[in-house]
Amino acid sequence: MKKIVIGPLTRANNSCAVEVTVEDKKVVDARCSGIFFRGFELILQGKDPRDAAYLTERICGICSSLHGAAASYALEDAAGIRPPRNANILRNLIIGADILQNHIRHQYLFSLVDYLTLPERAPFVPGYTKDKRLEKKKNDAMVQNMYLALEISRLAHEMVTLLGGKAPFPHGILAGGATVVPSADVVMNFRSKLQKINRFIRNQMVPDVYILEDAYSDYYELGQRAQNMLEYGLFPRTEQDRERYFPSGAVLNGQIQKVDLSLIKEHTARSWYAAESGPRNPSGGRTVPEREKEDAYSWIKAPRYSGMPLEGGPLARLWIKGDYRKGISTMDRVIARALETEKVGTLMESWLDELEPEGCIFSPFEVPKNAEGIGLTGAMRGPLGHWLRIENGRIAQYQIITPSAWNFSPRDDQNCKGPVEEALIGISIADEKQPIEIGRVIRAFDICSSCSTHLITTGKPVGELMI
Amino acid sequence: MANMDGSTKPLIIWLGTNTCAGDMLSFLNAKDPGYEELISSIAELRFDYLLSASEGSDAINVLDDLQKNHKAAYILVVEGSIPTRSNGLYSVIGYRNGKAWTALQAVRELGAAARYVVAAGTCAAFGGIYAAAPNPSECVSLQAVLDRKVINVPGCPINPEWMMGTLNHLIQYGEPALDDDNRPKLFYGETIHNLCQRRDYFDNSIFAAKPGEPWCMYKIGCKGPVTYADCPVRQWNGEHLSWPVKANTPCIGCASPEFSDGSVPFFEHLPDVKLPGIKVTANRVGQLTGVVTALGIGAHLIGSILTGRFAETLKKDLPRGSKLKLRQRLKKIH
Ligand code: SF4
Repeated sequence: MKKIVIGPLTRANNSCAVEVTVEDKKVVDARCSGIFFRGFELILQGKDPRDAAYLTERICGICSSLHGAAASYALEDAAGIRPPRNANILRNLIIGADILQNHIRHQYLFSLVDYLTLPERAPFVPGYTKDKRLEKKKNDAMVQNMYLALEISRLAHEMVTLLGGKAPFPHGILAGGATVVPSADVVMNFRSKLQKINRFIRNQMVPDVYILEDAYSDYYELGQRAQNMLEYGLFPRTEQDRERYFPSGAVLNGQIQKVDLSLIKEHTARSWYAAESGPRNPSGGRTVPEREKEDAYSWIKAPRYSGMPLEGGPLARLWIKGDYRKGISTMDRVIARALETEKVGTLMESWLDELEPEGCIFSPFEVPKNAEGIGLTGAMRGPLGHWLRIENGRIAQYQIITPSAWNFSPRDDQNCKGPVEEALIGISIADEKQPIEIGRVIRAFDICSSCSTHLITTGKPVGELMI
Repeated sequence: MANMDGSTKPLIIWLGTNTCAGDMLSFLNAKDPGYEELISSIAELRFDYLLSASEGSDAINVLDDLQKNHKAAYILVVEGSIPTRSNGLYSVIGYRNGKAWTALQAVRELGAAARYVVAAGTCAAFGGIYAAAPNPSECVSLQAVLDRKVINVPGCPINPEWMMGTLNHLIQYGEPALDDDNRPKLFYGETIHNLCQRRDYFDNSIFAAKPGEPWCMYKIGCKGPVTYADCPVRQWNGEHLSWPVKANTPCIGCASPEFSDGSVPFFEHLPDVKLPGIKVTANRVGQLTGVVTALGIGAHLIGSILTGRFAETLKKDLPRGSKLKLRQRLKKIH
């Protein structure tokens, strides 16, 4: 038995670590940790509910617009209002552009680094040198595409900027609507950039994952787990938000069910929080940080649905939609991400046609004095939920369960592993000095520890939270 | 000393502490030069928490090597605030010799041996949003834990050109001219308000009543009058396309030392400035800002201080460095 610790795990949106136990070259145990803590929901307490959209965007630099959207949906739910039709399309376009940005950067700058032989220069060296299987010509072409991907992902962020003022942390998604009028010049600029990006997705990004699949087809065997997945739905079809382009669903042992939010509980047995913090439904979440707690190993809580660890992300979304049902493995996750990128890019072209050039984009509303609201969306990595309670016109409680909290969670109160931990069990490590397989399996989930490490509010006075 | 590729290019470490990675992701949007040019011809990005191929102890070894063998030869860029709670265990960089290596330890060690230390983004520069009350991780700015000068490049996130420009200045010409907050004057020398395309609407009291309107955003919370940055002229990102006011929303003052506690509520306007003996209405703030700047006082604090926006509780939670500065400024003003 040997333990391998990887900390930091780079290319994962900030500090996280993994420890695996290897026996006869096979992983027999795994523990995933978020190793930093910021306390977002405490900071939100007492704030103007309208501020939550911009504040929560700062949870994560790579999926910021989705936090802005979830916060806006939650406040609209609490206020009982709907945005204008045009605004729903504009918001979908901002979110779509940000998803393109994320998926392209993830594939080329974070994930492919584990498979390619890269130029002999920092920050690509030092790096693992073993098990790089692509023949030189294919490898070098993909490296060139990596540089191209830098330009293309910047273009995607420029599209976010066109409709949101800047990226990351755009200003253009707010409860009540959107803020940039879709005038002809803006739409033209947006469309032109989108077409360039879509060409890249079709001609480089998707073909590249199939080249990868060809050389690494054994990764269909690595990182497998049961068909347990969750998504809340992504991109409302209309401002009434009754249906989404990517539908919601909970997949339990292969069976797709309607999502029942009351079945969600967050466990904290192995997280650095005091016992009273869990297991609880997000509507009544409670958290007392306790860094010194024994047996705990992560700042991430363990959200469970009906007691089960569910994964989210492009594979879950395409599975629920019925567009991809080949398997649940590392290679399936990689391929689903590229396919989803293509689908989102194509959908966005059709949304541009639905915009009404000078149509209404923002409906003013009164912030309710006392109300509750829930904002649900799919984000790049899976289901994202914001739970909001307003008292006396201020935020009394705010709770966020992020995709990476689902995917990268530690063990729960029943000692059941989180999805990534499950996926790591059973993979073989050919060379313990270069355990490249571990990162490949983890990065296929597009882990983001920025999103997942945060504090859940308790509704308790701050003093009681400080140790 | 020669680098690993035999060149003598400057070395850069980009470390992430308590951050959301937004600054590095924004930096990737740089254009002319962009990231590719930076790593291939301008500098050697020896470590980057988000993009390094190396992981685990290999990555920690890179940092150890720089610290030991390249003293005063590298630029340390830190993105994120530094938690001090539980001896820094609220932010761990990785594991060194089997032990948690905290951000607090890492920035002190790596900072001591660096040629320049640069704070990328408002969190590293001033504590930022994670230092907002009640500051659950007790985090502070980079300057508050280092005994040496930190060059602050704030913004939430940084504009890619503020960062690329600062790095290139350091590499080509050495340290740029800095203001009282150690920000390069090149990018933070003027208020947003004084550079704003909508200034004319402000001066003529034509105000937007809700987001999405093309008028001055002052009445719905714009912090442009008290925020130093060149967003209106530089704009975001690679192609300089837009900025928050152009997107018909208020500036939220994300590059200010007071962000975010001093900027919220985002959609409530700054209190009209009251000076002893004079009442100044909104449409005179601009002129006042000019006068105050000429006197060399941080004009962006005028509105806050004179109207008591900094409640005592808030002051308590400011990072050490900025609390000190705030006191000095209060002294200067009174
Ligand atoms: S208040 Fe804001 S929008 Fe109005 S002129 Fe000043 S910076 Fe521009």
